[in-house]
Amino acid sequence: MSVRRLSPVQPESFAFSPDTLKKAKAWMANFPAGKQQSAVVPVLWLVQKQEGWVSEPAIRAVAELLGMPVIRVLEVVTFYTMFMLEPVGTHALVQVCGTTPCQSRGAEALMDVCKRRIGAQNHRSADGKFYWQEVECLGACANAPMAAINDYYYEDLTPESLEKLLNDFAAGKTPPPGSAIGRQGSAPEGGPMTLTDPKLYDGSLAKKIKIPNLPAAGSVKEKA
Amino acid sequence: MVGILADKDRIFTNLYGLHDWGLEGAKTRGCWNGTKDIVAQTPEWICDQIKASGLRGRGGAGFPTGLKWTFMPKQESDRPHYLVVNADESEPGACKDRDILRNDPHLLIEGCLIACRAIRAHTAYIYIRGEYVHERERLQAAIQQAYDAKLIGPGNVHGWDCDVRVQHGGGAYICGDETALMESLEGKKGQPRLKPPFPAGAGIWGAPTTINNVESISVVGTILRRGADWFAGFGTEKSTGTKLFAASGHINKPCVVEDAVGIPVKQLIEEHFGGVRGGWGNLKAVIPGGISVRMIPAHEAEEAVMTYEDLQARGSGLGTGTMIVFDKDADLVKAIARASYFYKHESCGQCTPCREGTGWMWRVMERMVTGEAEMSEIDLLLDVASQVEGHTICGLGDAAAWPIQGLFRHFRHEVEERINNYRARKGSYAGASIAAE
Repeated sequence: MSVRRLSPVQPESFAFSPDTLKKAKAWMANFPAGKQQSAVVPVLWLVQKQEGWVSEPAIRAVAELLGMPVIRVLEVVTFYTMFMLEPVGTHALVQVCGTTPCQSRGAEALMDVCKRRIGAQNHRSADGKFYWQEVECLGACANAPMAAINDYYYEDLTPESLEKLLNDFAAGKTPPPGSAIGRQGSAPEGGPMTLTDPKLYDGSLAKKIKIPNLPAAGSVKEKA
Repeated sequence: MVGILADKDRIFTNLYGLHDWGLEGAKTRGCWNGTKDIVAQTPEWICDQIKASGLRGRGGAGFPTGLKWTFMPKQESDRPHYLVVNADESEPGACKDRDILRNDPHLLIEGCLIACRAIRAHTAYIYIRGEYVHERERLQAAIQQAYDAKLIGPGNVHGWDCDVRVQHGGGAYICGDETALMESLEGKKGQPRLKPPFPAGAGIWGAPTTINNVESISVVGTILRRGADWFAGFGTEKSTGTKLFAASGHINKPCVVEDAVGIPVKQLIEEHFGGVRGGWGNLKAVIPGGISVRMIPAHEAEEAVMTYEDLQARGSGLGTGTMIVFDKDADLVKAIARASYFYKHESCGQCTPCREGTGWMWRVMERMVTGEAEMSEIDLLLDVASQVEGHTICGLGDAAAWPIQGLFRHFRHEVEERINNYRARKGSYAGASIAAE
């Protein structure tokens, strides 16, 4: 378990922006009547997108919106580690995956870059632009080592390419996510060695087919 | 040809995202072809076909998918049935569902419709991990395309009303456990539930629920299109079909690839993953199925094949089929200590053996990395690991114990050496502490 507490410094109030509220209502409509509580994680996520982090007044506002006791929302916020409980960097939230597959391909060197450039993890940088943390497996192991920066995955990183990304973010740019060495998704370096048969893509698979093993007509009941 | 599977037999034909992920592209590649004829069949026929194909759950546990579907009530009642797709891919090493979600989402949506028919459900929830923001956006766009084309939703062209909805998580590995996932889907902390009641009896909101992995659901359409015998023709009697494999660690070309179950570990690494860094002779160990299965040493990896039964007989498991490879330069003790930290971090805190045990095991593992431990602590660690294993509500306790057990089964001598070396370096220190007592 990870110990997570609310920040000692909290804003006075929180208000949903019209856009956030609209999206929140859409999530709530995803669930059967009376089960709006199910939308709590997506709604908190929207709050975090709006504010950058989840504050105590926001927790109360979400509880009110979903008709939940405040303590239940607080429980959820402190349980799920994606919710940031204090303000993060204005330009970039850098989450470096440090779990074994990434570690075995050099994640520690990436974290050294972060330490040098941003400072200790789980703190804002001196200029307020950056915030970094080591996170657990982000599920992009075939493109290790990687980091999620402001939600999107930057893969196949080296200390140099991470450094360059951080420069770009510091300059207010948003570099395109994906592989830093030009790999196509999770294909092997140098290009795919499979899925090269053109017949897969010429439309021949879209021709009308007969489903095999269908029960003989009129004998649906016969199969026991 | 690399591997043992020909391109014509691959299910995930847009695995790398080189082609259109959208509806038109998916249709060109054969998705949504003949779906109406499939959905027109009885649930029994669909379940029988999937059973005959030998498809086993691709999320790690390997439970037969067709059999799981038959556990659902045979009659619809006032409690609606639900299909839940587990897209909470968080197992270290696993990155296969991600490529389905972002590049072949229509295979998943089509599979949801067919599976809903098989379990008599009209709503499917796809629970995707919160960090997969890009993948979620893709999936939601694909679902919208399917709604617009009336392929799903009420009054769709297939004749079985089926809503496909998305829910996302907040970054908790534990929510990959099916009962924790249900809690999370309901908007609670993701703490696993006791079983029974099993999900097929009382799942989300107390209604009958079936939970399947993304890959398990996504292959269903193609299996029925090409026939159960086609799928069952790959692999062995107990492990059939094709599967996504992936690799990370000390290999030359990490990637995700689809191949037949039963491919030898060596062939998979040499042909698809560009070989071990420094050549096959430089291999030290392989964790074949995601971090929570036990590792196998190089000499066993020589003969091992990627099937449920072969890897189980070696004390390991196929798991998610996503391997982590270590070469001779690798610090295995450190790698497993990091895995222990992962489990400590991800324990939900509900069961005492896991909450306390994972932290304890991690702290001891960290001392093993430097060698700053007593020799007797190795046995104590294994004893604690075995007391965590099997004594928790969900499988996280087991998963935390297995990597440690695997390490000590094959590489105990390395840890012992470290402890000895540490002592040798600090000889005077050890003497001093005894003298002080």
